[in-house]
Amino acid sequence: MTAKTSLMTAAPPPAAARAPEARTLVFCACALAVLALGAVLTQTIANPYVFFAAFIIVQQVALATGWNVLGGYAGYINFGATAFYGAGAYTGAFLLKAYGASIFLCLPAAALVGGGLGLLMGYMTLRVQGVYFAIATIALVVMMHTLVLNIDYLGGASGLALMPPEPPAWTGGQVQFVFLVMLGIAVLAVACARWIEISWVGRGFRALRASEEAAECAGVPTFRLKLSACAISGAILAMTGAPLVFYASFIEPETVFGLALALNAIAMPLIGGKKSWPGPIIGAVLLGSVQQAATITISSELNILLVGVVLIGFVAAAPDGILGLVDTLRKGRQ
Amino acid sequence: MFLDQFVNAIGTGVMLGSIYAALALGLAVTFGLLHIPNIAHPAFVVAGAYVVAVGNSCGFDPLLVALVALVPFYVAGLGFYEFYARLFERRGAADTMNALTLFFGVSLVVETALLIKFGTNQQSVSVAYVGQSLTIGLLSLPYRLLVPALLAPVMILLLWLYLRFTHAGIAIRAVAHDERALSVSGIDPRWIKRHAFGIAAATAVVAGAALIIIGPVDPFGGRLMIGRTFAVVVLAGMGSLPGTIAAGILIGVSESMVSAFASPSWAPAVAFSILLATLALRPEGLFGAHR
Repeated sequence: MTAKTSLMTAAPPPAAARAPEARTLVFCACALAVLALGAVLTQTIANPYVFFAAFIIVQQVALATGWNVLGGYAGYINFGATAFYGAGAYTGAFLLKAYGASIFLCLPAAALVGGGLGLLMGYMTLRVQGVYFAIATIALVVMMHTLVLNIDYLGGASGLALMPPEPPAWTGGQVQFVFLVMLGIAVLAVACARWIEISWVGRGFRALRASEEAAECAGVPTFRLKLSACAISGAILAMTGAPLVFYASFIEPETVFGLALALNAIAMPLIGGKKSWPGPIIGAVLLGSVQQAATITISSELNILLVGVVLIGFVAAAPDGILGLVDTLRKGRQ
Repeated sequence: MFLDQFVNAIGTGVMLGSIYAALALGLAVTFGLLHIPNIAHPAFVVAGAYVVAVGNSCGFDPLLVALVALVPFYVAGLGFYEFYARLFERRGAADTMNALTLFFGVSLVVETALLIKFGTNQQSVSVAYVGQSLTIGLLSLPYRLLVPALLAPVMILLLWLYLRFTHAGIAIRAVAHDERALSVSGIDPRWIKRHAFGIAAATAVVAGAALIIIGPVDPFGGRLMIGRTFAVVVLAGMGSLPGTIAAGILIGVSESMVSAFASPSWAPAVAFSILLATLALRPEGLFGAHR
């Protein structure tokens, strides 16, 4: 109980009065409610464009949450979210092309591939400083990109157009179905992130972020924790990529390994706040909806430029994001 | 035929490698000596290449433009370091991760600004010697590679002499070792670091001139270079300037071998594989001290 109470003081204070078990129940209820709401929406809203846009925003939530497990909790910046995302997307495309596999088979397969890639990555770089890890992640994107360009079976540079299998009839259409799947992934990712945050694993990650030497001295198994952070983050990111080919019926290296996604994966948790699970969601929903609105009105270059400037602004002025700002405001008032 | 291809692959590789060393030189100073992971450096190089292209379109020689632009780039480097230092240096080393994000954002803003200003078209320069080559037996060395390749040894030698024999240069090496000790001896470490960062930024415009003489440059050309430049610096060993040229040539030769005997489309992965292998097997680099 003592460990739990010390954690509660570190967590947001106002809800501390409630027992952690009760909060978990509330969280589960909310998660189920979100899923149910998604299912109801697919039945009631006729305009498929809504789901095209909503898919992207929900995908951003999953992406931001996956990135945050490693980048926010453990403090290891990953510039190569697209390497994992792309690995997942191409795993999905490969299974669909080779075996006509269902999306439900592609998801665990992508998670395995992403987790394995994360382990490999961590094993090779985490023994040296964190800076090298960040640089190596940039390298990983280019290597994955080069790899895909050179595999003719996956379509090389010109991409791959595939017909996804028929969705279940009750969902009302392919877009609606893929949207629901992505919503499920996002909820799963957030639940996973929340579990990490409130369990001993999250405490270990926070110890890593604060001071690796101190954590090591205190008996925290730092290397194993870093590896598991890499693997979990990689698995979530790859799983987020897997539905892409079912969504767009087309996949090409330029978009999958593109800059916009890698940038968003970093910018969203940073804008929302990377210390706790609601942060990435806030960032993703904010940035995702602004971008969805903005791509219609301004060019995509200007879009990237704006995100870049906002990113610099947050790193410079509010490194803990919107949640951090709210916290300081609240403390200021008390 | 095979010998011919082999000799020319080596020649091209050595020249390319020398150019990579020129590109990485600024990073060897900021990352190797000051421990600032400036992943925006390749974007600075691309910006330098654009400056050279603009100067060239007004009718000036690329190298002359680069020499003149050294001063504005030095000043810009001073300003950028000041911005960075105010945000992160006083908070201590724990903020390296946020600093990385800052540099990532800055490189992005530089690239996209170039894209918006000049469009996606590639920029190039026209000089008299492009298209001709120097032929020695089997070996043929195109001047568009040879001229920039000769820049790197000159730059590295000048910088090495500066660090070895001038007062400020010695102070820069001292700040890399022990900041406190330097301030005890009455020199402001912040001033020295700012100066070193300015020099690193100034090398970017010369490297940019080298880059654009080789071939056309587009705004995102820096992306590929991030891995290459870091590979050069890490392989050389942190802070070893003569090592950068050896490491650059090693990477250049490996790349051109892969291009010549496997496929050019695999070449971008070479530098990254070398980087990952170095990090995994020998993180102190070839010429660096144990850290």
